[in-house]
Amino acid sequence: MSVETIETAETTEVRPGDETPVLEVTDLTVTFRGLNGNPDVHAVRGVGYSVRRGEVLGIVGESGSGKSVSSMAAMGLLPDHAVITGSVKLHGEEILGLDDRAMAARRGKVISMVFQDPLSGLTPVYTVGDQLAEAVLVHNPRLPKEQARKRAVHLLDLVGIPNPEGRYRSFPHEFSGGMRQRVMIAMAMANDPDVIICDEPTTALDVTIQAQILDLLRTAREETGAAIVMITHDLGVVAGFVDRVLVMYAGRPVEMGGVDEIYYGSRMPYTMGLLGAVPRMDLERQGALVPIKGTPPSLSDLPPGCPFAPRCPIVRPECSLAEPDLLPVGGQPSAETIEEVHGHTDDTSATGVRDTGVQRVACIRSGEIADRGWTAQDIYPVPDIPEVPVADVRREDRAEMLRVEGLTKHHPLTKGAVFKRRVGTVYAVDGIDFDIREGETLALVGESGCGKSTTLMEIMGLERPQAGSITVMGHDTASLGKTDRFALRRDMQIVFQDPMSSLDPRMPVFDIIAEPLRTHRFSQADTTRRVYELIELVGLNPEHATRFPSEFSGGQRQRIGIARALALEPKLLVLDEPVSALDVSIQAGVVNLLEELQARLGLSYLFVAHDLSVVRHIADRVAVMYLGRIVEIGDTESVYTKPAHPYTQALLSAIPIPDPERERARTHIVLDGDLPSPANPPSGCRFRTRCQKFITLSEPEQERCMSVEPSLDATNGGDQAAACHFAERQRVL
Amino acid sequence: MGKFLVRRLLNYVVLIFLATSFAYLLAATNLYPRGYFEQMQPPPTPEAVNAQLDALNLNDQTPLAQRYVTWLTGVVQGDFGQTIQGRDVTDQVWLKAGVTLRLITVATILGSFLGIAIGAYAAVRQYRRFDKAATVASFVVLAIPTVVIALSVQIGATAINGALGFQLFLFSGEYSAGFRGEWWELLLNRLHHAILPTFVLAVALFAAFARYQRNMMLDVLGADFVRTAMAKGLTRRKALLKHALRTALIPTITYFTFTFGLMVAGATFTEKIYGWHGMGAWLIDSISQQDVHVVAAVSCFMAVTIMIASFLSDILYAWLDPRVRV
Repeated sequence: MSVETIETAETTEVRPGDETPVLEVTDLTVTFRGLNGNPDVHAVRGVGYSVRRGEVLGIVGESGSGKSVSSMAAMGLLPDHAVITGSVKLHGEEILGLDDRAMAARRGKVISMVFQDPLSGLTPVYTVGDQLAEAVLVHNPRLPKEQARKRAVHLLDLVGIPNPEGRYRSFPHEFSGGMRQRVMIAMAMANDPDVIICDEPTTALDVTIQAQILDLLRTAREETGAAIVMITHDLGVVAGFVDRVLVMYAGRPVEMGGVDEIYYGSRMPYTMGLLGAVPRMDLERQGALVPIKGTPPSLSDLPPGCPFAPRCPIVRPECSLAEPDLLPVGGQPSAETIEEVHGHTDDTSATGVRDTGVQRVACIRSGEIADRGWTAQDIYPVPDIPEVPVADVRREDRAEMLRVEGLTKHHPLTKGAVFKRRVGTVYAVDGIDFDIREGETLALVGESGCGKSTTLMEIMGLERPQAGSITVMGHDTASLGKTDRFALRRDMQIVFQDPMSSLDPRMPVFDIIAEPLRTHRFSQADTTRRVYELIELVGLNPEHATRFPSEFSGGQRQRIGIARALALEPKLLVLDEPVSALDVSIQAGVVNLLEELQARLGLSYLFVAHDLSVVRHIADRVAVMYLGRIVEIGDTESVYTKPAHPYTQALLSAIPIPDPERERARTHIVLDGDLPSPANPPSGCRFRTRCQKFITLSEPEQERCMSVEPSLDATNGGDQAAACHFAERQRVL
Repeated sequence: MGKFLVRRLLNYVVLIFLATSFAYLLAATNLYPRGYFEQMQPPPTPEAVNAQLDALNLNDQTPLAQRYVTWLTGVVQGDFGQTIQGRDVTDQVWLKAGVTLRLITVATILGSFLGIAIGAYAAVRQYRRFDKAATVASFVVLAIPTVVIALSVQIGATAINGALGFQLFLFSGEYSAGFRGEWWELLLNRLHHAILPTFVLAVALFAAFARYQRNMMLDVLGADFVRTAMAKGLTRRKALLKHALRTALIPTITYFTFTFGLMVAGATFTEKIYGWHGMGAWLIDSISQQDVHVVAAVSCFMAVTIMIASFLSDILYAWLDPRVRV
């Protein structure tokens, strides 16, 4: 039975000039029934879109906006207890409500999916090749095993796995994250599907790998001619990759249109806020980010009317009467009509949400926004962030907060249980130097595994390093006694990456913030006063003090973490990826807070991040790390506008910018392969194995790269320095 | 891999040696074989008792170390000494080990398979009727000691037999005494006798496995790789069997080693209650008869079976999980 339907699907597909969308979703709703008296969760509330062959649709939204759930519903991958209504048509044929066998025959064949987390996406106990071959075999059970194997090897080759024959027999744990994502894409391409849904395919990956994967997805689209639905929260990824955009909020589409229409002419305050909240790597001076106040509503207890109304800066009373439909700009009913309709009937259910192809907005003021040409900066109150007080003083004249010289951390690799013997060394941090002056922010950037977190931990330990020295505010950590070390900790505090796990879930907020104070023996009265002061300072309410971390959103928790770090009035704050776990709209508020605190309290920051856009926004100086070494360091503006090291250039080039026109015009430098193992770094220059410049050099020059390790030399006569024999300052943005 | 297993095997040999030695030393210091002879009727002379004890290497007047060395020398040559009645322990071990192993092996296979299947299915049907029933059943079994289960089953069987008017269930002995017939009749007779004790043992194992497998399965049910498998076109059923269950089996294999000890202990009571002359029943009898050598021999047997079980689970683990194959 299922075979027949596939055949009909194929015949419709080959008809020339076929205008039926490959995938058409209309008025889709997904509700998870609450168990044990819990309220139902309305995860998706009326989503509609359609994609044609070769078209790319972007679905953008923050976590919990229903973007993943709606596509899982289309794939038939949701658990049984999800109640799905509406319509999902594949080649004009309704597939919602088909049984699992009929859906399985389409999944992977006509419609396939690439998921977010490649590390857990492959079954650990089967070889990569067998899992690929399975994808082929499950739809052609009569195909000989040998042919399925050949097809799998071919697919591995297609997605750029080196030595595909040999790698066929590798297990997933032997592959890096980027390579596993390639395998996932190969799996999605295996049967030449007509639609590929990509659910945050690059979120878990480093930027250079992200660039590789995005390239690969373009190849996949050309290879299979498939339509792509790209689900992401990253507005940069969407800008250069998609044709049309659907913005979701609280389970509903709130704006839809061509990518240029949305990016340059958004008429929905939420979308405008999102675009304003993104730190821009390509802008010289962006000013404060646009923070959207509050948090997304709970999907089990939505406010009446527009779900964005509680957070909207231009909210009107009629906004909370009825939820606006997705209508063309200016096509919303007037305030009077809404009130009238609301007075007569309680029926606020939206009419069928389907894709019409023109820009449509679910905001009753969309016409007004268009007429007045408002931008995010016009409607959102942007905080005024004062300048750092010492900004006028020359850098050399400012006090030194932290100096790191030749810092080294090697981990031994041992073997054997009883008689341990050393079989190698992981060169986690291998001799790095930098300093931080008063009121300054130094950002340490690099891909995962480059040693930036190890550097932080070494500094925070305040111990004698394996080699080199760490000097905190004039005290060499090697010479510190126990009491001195304890005293010095007051001046240097840390904010961690994950606000969920870095706060004790069994402690109320008051105790969390008071803990450092109690440890350092503040009196009870002083502690109480200081805690309330801090709660105020980071923008929380005093009544929050008695609540537990689980009652807060990610952004609020990170504020609690910042308050705890500030409790002892430190002069240096170490920030370990403080905003990478937060949604864009929340991230903007925390970034603004950090900037404001720096200006008000004269703090110095050591900021560790992999997101170069945030770094550009917040940092005064940047140090780029690669395999335990700093390859380039300098003031943010010089490094971003004229990077000298090929790695910095590649890194900056790999980041997509949220500006469709500029993004389409850019050519990305895409690095080959993965980061080499820090246990076995390449000889000479560590970056040479992936360097885009290395291959253009002559043989004697290459010889130099391979044998001589470059030192960090000044490149512009000033602050900027790069560790490359052939450093050349270039614009890449 | 081979090297790893050889190393493991060496470890096991050392462990078996230690376990058996400790059992011997414990039995030799705490049991009182002299009492066994002294209470004989007519009471033998002290000289006769000493002579008897010396012949059996059980005399508490000989230093413990000397007795231990004598015993150990025998063990190394495959001789576990003599029972207190003067018969060879080693011969008896082979006889009785067969009985116990039959019981244990069948019950283990039955119990673990049933437990894994029911546990895995219960996880798939989490909070549904099947899951709830399976949970209640396994907790009831886990809460009751094997002795009580064995006795209750026996009483239940008696009641059923009484109601039916003929012997549907047999619960005494390994086969009907004096039974004569063709080999297949004999086999049938033995099987008939084996039903109840095997059931008792299997049911305890089933409960432990069902709980454990249910938890393991729940962990992987929501795993991304199961979703991936479905996304490439497998039905839910097939994805669960081929990808989820296969992965969830790995931790259960390690668990197998732990439950096997439970099994051996359970077998002791079951044999005694159902009148099987296996290792377990022998151990209990020998303790009441102050029989040091039998206690040590049975301990050695148990250590060996448990070590074989963990060796098997090591091999199975390596076979199931490519990540530990180096």
